[in-house]
Amino acid sequence: MSSPILELTDVKTHFPISSGFLFRRHVGTVKAVDGVTLSVQRGEVLGLVGESGCGKSTLARTIMQLVPTTAGAVVLQGRNLAAATTGELLAARRDLQMVFQDPYASLNPRMTVFATLAEPLLVHRVCPPADVPARVAELMRTVGLAPRFMQKYPHEFSGGQRQRIAIARALALEPKVIIADEPVSALDVSIQAQILNLLAQLCRKMNLSLIFIAHDLSVVKHISDRVAVMYLGKIVELGPALDVIEHPRHPYTRALVSAIPTPNPDVERARQRIMLPGDPPSPIHPPAGCAFHPRCPHAQEKCQLAVPPLAPDGPTREVACGRLSEI
Amino acid sequence: MPLLSVTDLRTYFHTRSGVYRAVDGVSFSVERGETLGIVGESGSGKSVTCYSIMGLIPTPPGRIESGTALFDGTDLLHCSPASARAIRGKRVAMIFQDPMTSLNPYMRISEQIIEPLLIHENISKRDALVRALAMLESVGINDATKRIHLYPHEFSGGMRQRVMIAMALITKPELLIADEPTTALDVTVQAQILELIKKMQRELGMAVIFITHDLGVVSGLCDRVQVMYAGRVVESSDTRTLFYSPKHPYTRALQRSIPSLQPKGAELYTIPGMPPDVSKPIPGCSFAPRCEHVTDRCTATPPALAAVTPTHAQACLRIQAGELLER
Repeated sequence: MSSPILELTDVKTHFPISSGFLFRRHVGTVKAVDGVTLSVQRGEVLGLVGESGCGKSTLARTIMQLVPTTAGAVVLQGRNLAAATTGELLAARRDLQMVFQDPYASLNPRMTVFATLAEPLLVHRVCPPADVPARVAELMRTVGLAPRFMQKYPHEFSGGQRQRIAIARALALEPKVIIADEPVSALDVSIQAQILNLLAQLCRKMNLSLIFIAHDLSVVKHISDRVAVMYLGKIVELGPALDVIEHPRHPYTRALVSAIPTPNPDVERARQRIMLPGDPPSPIHPPAGCAFHPRCPHAQEKCQLAVPPLAPDGPTREVACGRLSEI
Repeated sequence: MPLLSVTDLRTYFHTRSGVYRAVDGVSFSVERGETLGIVGESGSGKSVTCYSIMGLIPTPPGRIESGTALFDGTDLLHCSPASARAIRGKRVAMIFQDPMTSLNPYMRISEQIIEPLLIHENISKRDALVRALAMLESVGINDATKRIHLYPHEFSGGMRQRVMIAMALITKPELLIADEPTTALDVTVQAQILELIKKMQRELGMAVIFITHDLGVVSGLCDRVQVMYAGRVVESSDTRTLFYSPKHPYTRALQRSIPSLQPKGAELYTIPGMPPDVSKPIPGCSFAPRCEHVTDRCTATPPALAAVTPTHAQACLRIQAGELLER
């Protein structure tokens, strides 16, 4: 395989917690992302799943350098963004763009579609100012919006159309990698299908790499080539999408897959759920050893002692479970 | 006689920009002990239907224009406020989507949970607290004696939803209306809450109306399902029939747009256009503008629900006329 376009090596993003009013003291650390190693190939769709608080959005923001990296390297086409200067970062962002979850919050309500889509073109001097209107019209057509809506404001569009505008904005600089953080979670099923089709089609046509973050496994399975499952700041399972979701190996992935209701009454009624007790633990006080052990049906004493590393399991899979061979 | 029977319910919102027909002629019934799923996309009127039954429509701008909701012989929409109060909150209870905004942040859990008991039953505070503790334990809150005096913010999302369920069920209602109770929760927690609702339903023998946009949740939980679109019921049947032989074009289109029912990576079916503007009268079928089988008659004649079999009804004129072939 050719060298990956984006490579993360042992990336950590920790946030300090302070307390007190006059004398701020450091009282703890939230290890939102805690040692993630991951690579994305050219044209690949990588799905990133996990429950709320598992650090998937922080990982996205870390890759974008919207939050400072505590340790590790984020290498985009040979450049380490974690150590880059502001100027280098600005240049790197031409190749790395993001689409956010809520298209109501991520578009500026006072900017027309034209202003929103022209801004990246002007900031990065992609084309001469005279060509901007034509380029904006082209972008709008790419995402399936009529260019005659160019002078409209975000509030005049529906949720699905707003998400199209947000995608067009991300595409404006012809990036190589797009990170989409729950881009369809706020949308209705029929609109969700439109956006999923659009993203899949864009990736194919433009050979884009996409990091697709979602909590809905069926959506991730549909669009992704590979899937990474996160739990409490760490990747616990990584592999080809169909494999991971149809034959999960890590006890957490198994529980996650079994918890998803399927729209098929006969299957749904016959199946045995793996019920996880409790809630995901707090990343401020993560459990010792394997972070999943307090909820794991297979946990043993040794699981509390050491953090299991993400280890190869077959040629394409990686799983972080200390008891993998026994269960 | 059904426990609840709603006939020709119309709830309109009179705003400055027009009259929004949120619910426009909805009829259905719920038998004792059964689970009815109401499915639809946002704006389809599924929540407003249940809010109307519970008397939660803000008036003005909302107004119930017509219809009856007979609960065990009492019309909840036209009876005296006193007799409605004796039913709502005691014999019919409701839980909501977001347990953070529907619990009072200023009140301790203990006070909130015994409130319905103090209002509806002649019971001392001490006895009410004993009942509340037992209820909290049966909804799976450990350490209830200690945690009952905490405030809502001291609970996690899943735990808050358990508190809400305990509060709704403490008066042993005959009907529970659940408005997207798991939408805000993670999948593993969602599985816990759905299991809890099933368990409580078995224990109390109550009927449940479950509102959701997730067809997967419906398939495992509900005995019957009705699909709503633009304020009207377009199809209603037992769960198996709805999933395995849906008739109405909207239900079919919805199923074709769900990723988990399609082969991986296949282009998803997208319903063209957008849901209709319910502030303008819709003379014919509300789905006609987006339907692939539309004819002139569809846009002129309002369709009514007609039985296909005794347990299956749908509101497509062309299917009723036998014009559309079976799948």
